[in-house]
Amino acid sequence: MDFEKYLRMDKLPHIWCPGCGHGTILNSFIRAFAESDFDQDKTVVISGIGCSGRATGYLNFDTLHTTHGRAIAFATGVKMANPELNVIVMTGDGDGSAIGGNHLIHAARRNIDLTVILFNNQIYGMTGGQFSPMTPTGDLASTAPYGNIDQNFNLAELVAGAGGTFIARGATFDPRQLKKLYLAALKHKGFSFVESLSQCPVSYGRQNKAGDAVEMLKKQEEDTINFKKWQQLSTEEKKLKYPLGILKELDNPESEYTVRYQKIIEQVNNEGAL
Amino acid sequence: MMKTKIFRPEKRAVLIQGDQAVVEGALAAGVEFFAGYPITPASEIAEGFARELPKIGGKFLQMEDEIAGMAAVVGASLAGKKAITATSGPGFALKQENLGFATMVEAPVVVVNVQRVGPSTGLPTSPSQGDVMQARWGRNGDQEIIALAPASVTESYELTIKAVNLSEKFRQPVVLMLDEVIGHLREKIYLSTSDEIEIIDRKRPAADQDPDQYLPYQLTDDLIPPMADYGSGLKYHTSGLFHDQSGFPDGKNETAKLMQDRLHNKLHNNLDQIILYQKDIRKDDRVAVLSYGSAARTAISAVNTGRKDNLKAGWFKLQTIWPFAEKEVAELAAQVETIIVPELNQGQLIREVKRAAAGQAKVLGINSYAGELIKPEEIRALLEEVL
Ligand SMILES: Cc1ncc(C[n+]2csc(CCOP(=O)(O)OP(=O)(O)O)c2C)c(N)n1
Ligand code: SF4
Repeated sequence: MDFEKYLRMDKLPHIWCPGCGHGTILNSFIRAFAESDFDQDKTVVISGIGCSGRATGYLNFDTLHTTHGRAIAFATGVKMANPELNVIVMTGDGDGSAIGGNHLIHAARRNIDLTVILFNNQIYGMTGGQFSPMTPTGDLASTAPYGNIDQNFNLAELVAGAGGTFIARGATFDPRQLKKLYLAALKHKGFSFVESLSQCPVSYGRQNKAGDAVEMLKKQEEDTINFKKWQQLSTEEKKLKYPLGILKELDNPESEYTVRYQKIIEQVNNEGAL
Repeated sequence: MMKTKIFRPEKRAVLIQGDQAVVEGALAAGVEFFAGYPITPASEIAEGFARELPKIGGKFLQMEDEIAGMAAVVGASLAGKKAITATSGPGFALKQENLGFATMVEAPVVVVNVQRVGPSTGLPTSPSQGDVMQARWGRNGDQEIIALAPASVTESYELTIKAVNLSEKFRQPVVLMLDEVIGHLREKIYLSTSDEIEIIDRKRPAADQDPDQYLPYQLTDDLIPPMADYGSGLKYHTSGLFHDQSGFPDGKNETAKLMQDRLHNKLHNNLDQIILYQKDIRKDDRVAVLSYGSAARTAISAVNTGRKDNLKAGWFKLQTIWPFAEKEVAELAAQVETIIVPELNQGQLIREVKRAAAGQAKVLGINSYAGELIKPEEIRALLEEVL
């Protein structure tokens, strides 16, 4: 398959550090997109600010690199203005769950047809390792030099609770599963969210003595488990592992936001015609 | 897909508020998208769009906050729609970062600010012109902004159309600065038919534009690059980082300089189209009252009654407050001895007037900043004092 047409080859090599997981996410996304029946010319990819936010620059679509945390709000405008466009959001864990957390839950609540890929490296990568809402309690960060006392979100549950209709979690140690999840998310009509565990050997890894990318990926594999297997675990065991796979899927295209708004337009105009 | 209806109001007289006139003006100018967050005294604008937009196949979004409202209108603009948002001072503060982004990516959008007394929650239902400098300097970095200030319901209608047109023409966010009095005032106005109104649409690339050759930030003679709608196949990158003609950031100082200068010059080369004002200054007038927005109503009425008693006074009303009418005010200062600047703030635009007057005329302020309007008698008293 020709993957190069989805990349702006002249913008490569990318700026990410050696061993960074963000490239794996981009790669899996491109493979998923190539398998979808989406029109490349009718697809807009929108990102916020952070190492993750740089992904849009390498993608050969209409791309919008917005302000920190606001990608989903811009995306909501694009999608509402022209519902024929496929709108994909790429955001970091800081971008999407701290400064942009409000937009995340509200877009989920509306169930607007966006595909949100959240690059979760559990840290503010670009600004050099401050803790994010996804940094585990006890970990070190440049702004938590004595250990992070914040509790981290369970983002997948948060977005599911807010009303998102497709929720999945994947990890960079298993790019094949990531690709499958992205493809399913793209196809889903409604708000879809794929939390994508990524590794940041530089801003996170160094402070936490997490080793190189290979070691970090091994740790990822140890900390995660297939969702079906996770469901069989005891309540106590469940807390120790992150389930991977499709965690929620509600297929109801009629409940999608632009579809519901279109119904209002038709209703108002039919009343006018009476 | 349903076909969108074209908005064609019949010519008719209506008795409406300034806020409603903004909605009428925007629809007449071709606006099809609103996103915002409710706030007094601007909520009537959101309510008007919520009611009217579905009728023409347009879209209304009540977002989770003003930041999101601003982001969504920029997104809609990039997707090819004329888009508008409306708020008041506290919400205007929240919009600033994404307003700067709109300037940077050159997305035509209109931001309405129906001003109330600040700082903070202030006096939500009282008029103010306290956001004049917020409009000009509220964002990080140097940058131009266009800001218009209507002084009546009719002007709210007409200047909204102007604001949309200027934003489209110059690929530039435009701020429309009402205040509580104008927003809530009811006046009888005439709504025009669509063929009576000049409507400007952004310049787009030719239909046969080769995608490989498309430069979204091309350096054209008029300094305004043709803008493609998302989804039209040209696949371009939009970024708030300084970018070259291809739209990509390259981190170079020369690129930033080139872009800063282009953003400045695309407006400054066309000030004659942007700076709108009205005046009535007679040859032998010795004083001019220079004002804008609701303060202009008091100013003009004070001058008109003063003239009946043979006061040598005239008035100058700015409809465009930013970019500031530097040349025109300098000329005015050369013509009269004194310029009086009544404002509903502690003296904001008067700083610009003094700068432009450069000592050629005395510049005196009359200020009300706690929610009360300036009274014509206050202006009259100062007129008599200086004359
Ligand atoms: C309004 C604003 N606040 C702060 C910043 C600084 N900033 C840039 S990226 C970033 C964090 C990015 O972290 P994350 O979203 O987790 O992405 P990563 O770099 O880890 O991929 C911050 C705080 C900014 N650009 N804008
Ligand atoms: S700092 Fe971390 S997230 Fe950013 S590019 Fe480097 S490894 Fe990747």
